Amino acid sequence: MNYFPDEVLEHVFDFISSHKDRNSVSLVCKSWYKIERFSRQRVFIGNCYSISPDRLIARFPGLKSLTLKGKPHFADFNLVPHDWGGFLDPWIRALAKSRIGLEELRLKRMVVSDESLELLSKSFLNFKSLVLVSCEGFTTDGIAAIAANCRFLRELDLQENEVDDHRGHWLSCFPESCTSLVSLNFACLKGEINLGALERLVVRSPNLKSLRLNRAVPLDTLQKILMRAPQVVDLGTGSYVHDPSSEVYNKLKSAFQRCKSIRSLSGFLEVAPRCMSAIYPICTNLTFLNLSYAPGLHGNELTKLIQHCRKLQRLWILDCIGDKGLGVVASTCKELQELRVFPSDPYGAGNAAVTEEGLVLISAGCTKLNSLLYFCQQMTNAALITVAKNCPNFIRFRLCILDPIKPDAVTNQPLDEGFGAIVQSCKGLKRLSLSGLLTDQVFLYIGMYAEQLEMLSIAFAGDSDKGMLYVLNGCKKLRKLEIRDCPFGNAALLEDVGKYETMRSLWMSSCEVTLGGCKTLAEKMPSLSVEIINDTDQMEFSLDDRQKVEKMYLYRTLVGHREDAPEFVWIL
Amino acid sequence: MSLEEAPGSLESDVTSMRFEDTELTLGLPGEGRSPAVIAGVKCSAKRGFVETVDLKLGSCSRAPSGGGDTHVNEAGAGKPPPAKAQVIGWPPVRSSRKKAINESCKYVKVAVDGAPYLRKVNLGVYSNYHDLMKDLENLFTCCIIREYQLISLSLICIHLNRKADREESKVMDAVKGMEYVPTYEDKDGDWMLVGDVPWKMFIESCKRIRLMKSSEAAVLAPKASLKCSGTC
Repeated sequence: MNYFPDEVLEHVFDFISSHKDRNSVSLVCKSWYKIERFSRQRVFIGNCYSISPDRLIARFPGLKSLTLKGKPHFADFNLVPHDWGGFLDPWIRALAKSRIGLEELRLKRMVVSDESLELLSKSFLNFKSLVLVSCEGFTTDGIAAIAANCRFLRELDLQENEVDDHRGHWLSCFPESCTSLVSLNFACLKGEINLGALERLVVRSPNLKSLRLNRAVPLDTLQKILMRAPQVVDLGTGSYVHDPSSEVYNKLKSAFQRCKSIRSLSGFLEVAPRCMSAIYPICTNLTFLNLSYAPGLHGNELTKLIQHCRKLQRLWILDCIGDKGLGVVASTCKELQELRVFPSDPYGAGNAAVTEEGLVLISAGCTKLNSLLYFCQQMTNAALITVAKNCPNFIRFRLCILDPIKPDAVTNQPLDEGFGAIVQSCKGLKRLSLSGLLTDQVFLYIGMYAEQLEMLSIAFAGDSDKGMLYVLNGCKKLRKLEIRDCPFGNAALLEDVGKYETMRSLWMSSCEVTLGGCKTLAEKMPSLSVEIINDTDQMEFSLDDRQKVEKMYLYRTLVGHREDAPEFVWIL
Repeated sequence: MSLEEAPGSLESDVTSMRFEDTELTLGLPGEGRSPAVIAGVKCSAKRGFVETVDLKLGSCSRAPSGGGDTHVNEAGAGKPPPAKAQVIGWPPVRSSRKKAINESCKYVKVAVDGAPYLRKVNLGVYSNYHDLMKDLENLFTCCIIREYQLISLSLICIHLNRKADREESKVMDAVKGMEYVPTYEDKDGDWMLVGDVPWKMFIESCKRIRLMKSSEAAVLAPKASLKCSGTC
């Protein structure tokens, strides 16, 4: 029932920006649904196959900003074949035909073609912002189209994409009249670029606040750019290698001194440790520092640098910082909220340089910590219990012991108790990734205590179906569950089939579920799409129901089975 | 089922790896779950890790399980092995990140004739020949080689400029009379004189460095100049 005219409700809804809240508002009654849908400008679609472009356009005619995610998360680790799906093309075509005035497009793990990018660039006059994260399928020609045709482009942000680099000319495609750039990130591009074009672009972009360069941009160009754009807030250096006694380096030092606004620093894709002292003046105000692509930095240079960063809130670093280095972080960075420690030997063959000791030091010193990604050599229950006590505010806790079934390094026990302490203490925990030797017990704890948990990643853990059942029965807010190499089978999968309708998706690979189990699930739940991904050359992919399924991905959907699945994907 | 059987197959590309091999690698009691095998890369390093892990965890017993461990065994025993070993994706690091780290790490071995051991340097942290040579000089001063004026190496490099074309004679002059001559093995397996090509090109093609006694280098020099005129 409405006691207010529609305009008043619309005005009130304007203040409601979170997707969750907007979704809740739309469920109150028919008239609220109607008002909400006409006023909605931003839509987030976590699984591009859960809804169709046509239905999106029909419901939200005022759409301005669309976020789409394609492949499942484990695609990041090569568990999903490249042509599995997640194509942008049908969305762009449908949007282009409609009267939607798209201004912003944010994509994650989608397959994006040059044709799509070109169509995008020509179809929406007011297009302002393109953010591509972990996407593939396009070349710099597609980027050139965006640069050339989007007259009011503010943001072009390419993060960790696989881009076929046709070298150089895309930067020159920004017309002279383009002066609206606020954010430009091309760090993931591998090829050479036109340095002159880059400098000219920076000069005519007075609103430029975020600039992340690629490896092909040398230090002297960086210096020139900083002189012309001292207002930059977020900087990603390109190649950071130079002779520290050179004129160019001296100029860089003074350029940095003028850049009083830099709060976020990344890049260092190539780095000469002796050149880091130029950065000290900006360290004092940094809130985000990303050195996770700089394996050449370690030991003293690294700790010296960090000691200048007292205001740091987010730190991404490589494990060559070592436990001692983490101790320096702990005593310096009292405002730290997010820490990510990546392996410097990502092929997992060597030994990570951090252990449970580093994590304990961090937890003791950085009590505001709420987000962790930690690749380490070993862990203990005692350490995790201490961490849980010191930092009860974790929202994201991802621990990756490089040997995935390693027990407690001191007691040789499973790490159930340690992770149990984490979920019990951190009442706001939303995301959890487990590793190490783990039995069903840890899942009992997770089911009991992790009330806010939305995403859980499990690998090489558990003893029986009970483990999975504890989680499915206990975690009421679970949205995404991804499991690999665990002994969970049909009994767990089929116990509560209705549960999957409350979740976005479930991934299970190298587990015990069989084809028969998946078929039963698909039969019982027509609102789910149950995909079997069979990308091995197993010709004997027979119809034997007893056969174990190597990879299963299921998700709820309002539009039935997708029609673009490749041959090796079988939708039950 | 011993670890020794596995390494050979790890060396070659993934398609030749049999599923059973992956069962061996972690060496946990009875059930060898091998998560960390990744298609065709850094196999020799992989072997070292695998052996270490085997030694470390040999005594650790995994809790008796209904499914997990035996899953690996059953799958291996019952079915014909898949053409590719699908045990990938661990540690969970994005491939773009793995590639990027790989590219910025350009560690090469450095050998000095007469030194009892080799060293390794990361070429990525230098911007020119001069800095590299200075560091090499520092690396080997602990050896008796110091007497042989390694400092002369940096003198060579003052003449070297990564932009200009180098005339062979300048380089040769600088080389004359030096005790040690810096050489490197390039991608084709040929031994080249350091300094002929621009710095960036050098980093990309250099596989290892050898500071050669000049008596041997004299033999190399004519070849080096031939090579240079061939490719420049």
